[in-house]
Amino acid sequence: MKLNRDRITAILMLLPSIILLGIFVYGFIGQTAYTSLTDWGLNPAQALAINPEIKFVGFDVYRELFTGFIDVRFRQDLVNTFFFTIFFITGSLGIGLLLAFLLDQNIKGENFFRTIFLFPMSLSFIVTGTVWRWLLQPRGGLNTLPTLIGLEPGQFRWLTSRRQIWQFNWQDLPYFTGLLVAAILILITVNSFRQSRRQRLIISLISLILVLAWTFSGARSVELLPYPETHGFNLAFIGIIMAAVWQMSGYTMALYLAGLRGIPGELREAARVDGAGEWQLYRYVILPLLQPITLSAMIILGHISLKIFDLIFAMAGADNATTDVPALLMYLTTFRGNQFSKGAAIAMVLLIMVAAVIIPYLWTSLRSEVKR
Amino acid sequence: MSVAIKRRRANWRWLYYSLLGLTTLFFLVPVYLVIVTSLKEPATINLATTWQLPEKWYWQSFAEAWIAFAPKLLNSLILTVSATILSALLGSMNGYVLSKWQFRGANIIFPLMLFGMFIPYQSILIPLFQFLRGIGLYGSIGGLVLAHVVYGLPITTLIFRNYYAEIPNEMLEAGKIDGAGFFGIYRSIIFPLSISGFVVVIIWQFTQIWNEFLFAVTLSRISSQPITVALANLAGGEAVKWNLPMAGAILAALPTLLIYILLGRYFIRGLLAGSVKG
Repeated sequence: MKLNRDRITAILMLLPSIILLGIFVYGFIGQTAYTSLTDWGLNPAQALAINPEIKFVGFDVYRELFTGFIDVRFRQDLVNTFFFTIFFITGSLGIGLLLAFLLDQNIKGENFFRTIFLFPMSLSFIVTGTVWRWLLQPRGGLNTLPTLIGLEPGQFRWLTSRRQIWQFNWQDLPYFTGLLVAAILILITVNSFRQSRRQRLIISLISLILVLAWTFSGARSVELLPYPETHGFNLAFIGIIMAAVWQMSGYTMALYLAGLRGIPGELREAARVDGAGEWQLYRYVILPLLQPITLSAMIILGHISLKIFDLIFAMAGADNATTDVPALLMYLTTFRGNQFSKGAAIAMVLLIMVAAVIIPYLWTSLRSEVKR
Repeated sequence: MSVAIKRRRANWRWLYYSLLGLTTLFFLVPVYLVIVTSLKEPATINLATTWQLPEKWYWQSFAEAWIAFAPKLLNSLILTVSATILSALLGSMNGYVLSKWQFRGANIIFPLMLFGMFIPYQSILIPLFQFLRGIGLYGSIGGLVLAHVVYGLPITTLIFRNYYAEIPNEMLEAGKIDGAGFFGIYRSIIFPLSISGFVVVIIWQFTQIWNEFLFAVTLSRISSQPITVALANLAGGEAVKWNLPMAGAILAALPTLLIYILLGRYFIRGLLAGSVKG
């Protein structure tokens, strides 16, 4: 009887948090989703009315974002996020792994080095952004660094450059998406062939053929836009990527280091006794064991990079169109432009991208916990 | 054999140390530049002499930044301390329930709660903004506290749940035999064992909330502005001399930096806990 009452108390104590999160996360997401399907803030008449009349317009706002003439900036923002994410993740993983590897070599003063590599994690992105903004001034900071050893100063305009490379036509997006999916499928196919998992091999091979067939026949004729529109990688992002890597690579280092410390010493000894050199030890024993860490780090960094907002705000300002990302554009359209439904639609696109990364991750990591 | 290995490894050590030196430089160069710039007289700051030490130490920028930022630092302090304590207490209770009083459906509710810490807050910002305006909390520190407590719940719950999972259930059984109920067990067994859990959570939340920007910039007014917004505004204006933003950046960074240097071990534990498996 008493046990039962305690159990009810327990649920009652959890209830406030459940209700709060239910409303503030799921209720509010629902409301944002609804807002994105209306014309709130898009009709100038609403601004003057006391009780503005808000109409339900279905997916019109989304259609505008992806195919409309005015919202070309949103599409470039998606491209920006794509390139930023790739370089940010690669940079943070690479430097993080290098640092963890170095600290794992019985280094003198290991604590000192670890403290230095990790300290940016305790800073605000705003502080980092302010500092790097100064570092990347066109005629100072990093650009004058070569003059210290007698070279010509650098000329690159880090945050204001308008140069764009790797340009492509937005109309070709289905084609490139097809190629990307095909590349992933090739990897899966090769892997399942190596591990001789026949069922997976057959499925991935069939999907690969289908995707390739579609890419080279149908993909070009899908009409996303009635006119060509070029997008590419804005070089002004290089500085922002550097600052972001500076701030976050300590985090991947900490993850990898925790992983390295978890590898039992006997395993290393055994490999050495078998005649493996240091390089082989890392290549064939330790790196494969770190693979799950790489995956979680990619997901955590990936969702951070999709949401990146404050760093760019502080480094390049909210209005700099060449360094814009969807998270910033949402802020501008909603809180400066009062176009609430468009802001909501951008937020929903962001949410869907983050959810696509996070939900599988939560799913697998909690399921493996239950198994344990 | 082992001597041979040692010798082969010794050959690489100079490379390791020089790589460490290079990376240390990469991490410390911005720090050097901030400190040097903040200590220069505004008139002597120009792009050509960026890297040189100041000719004369000039502390005035810190006094000026302090005058400009003191009210904002106070806002941040009030906001951060109250939101941190509230979310830690709630998280501790949630973690206790979810780890020791498992009920049916908890396996569904917990991931749903966790998802809340990954969402881009843009996706709840418009309703949150309207809601706070509706209940009269928009533009106040109270409104920011509310937002940070609610959206801090997932991570504090997660850390405490994983932390309490390490406490053996037999200890609870012993408490039950002694006649302790839900709260009795919490007070006499769980809470006394939670100290380092609380340290981890409090440090984590303090750092996060102090550094946060999106809520701060959209939900505050001038009077309730946290330090991050004030700093972004100051540095965003093109006309300012750089000594002031640099001194301001140091002031804004100092609280979390000190915590990190003094209690780094706990900070790292919070960091690793964020990757869910804990």
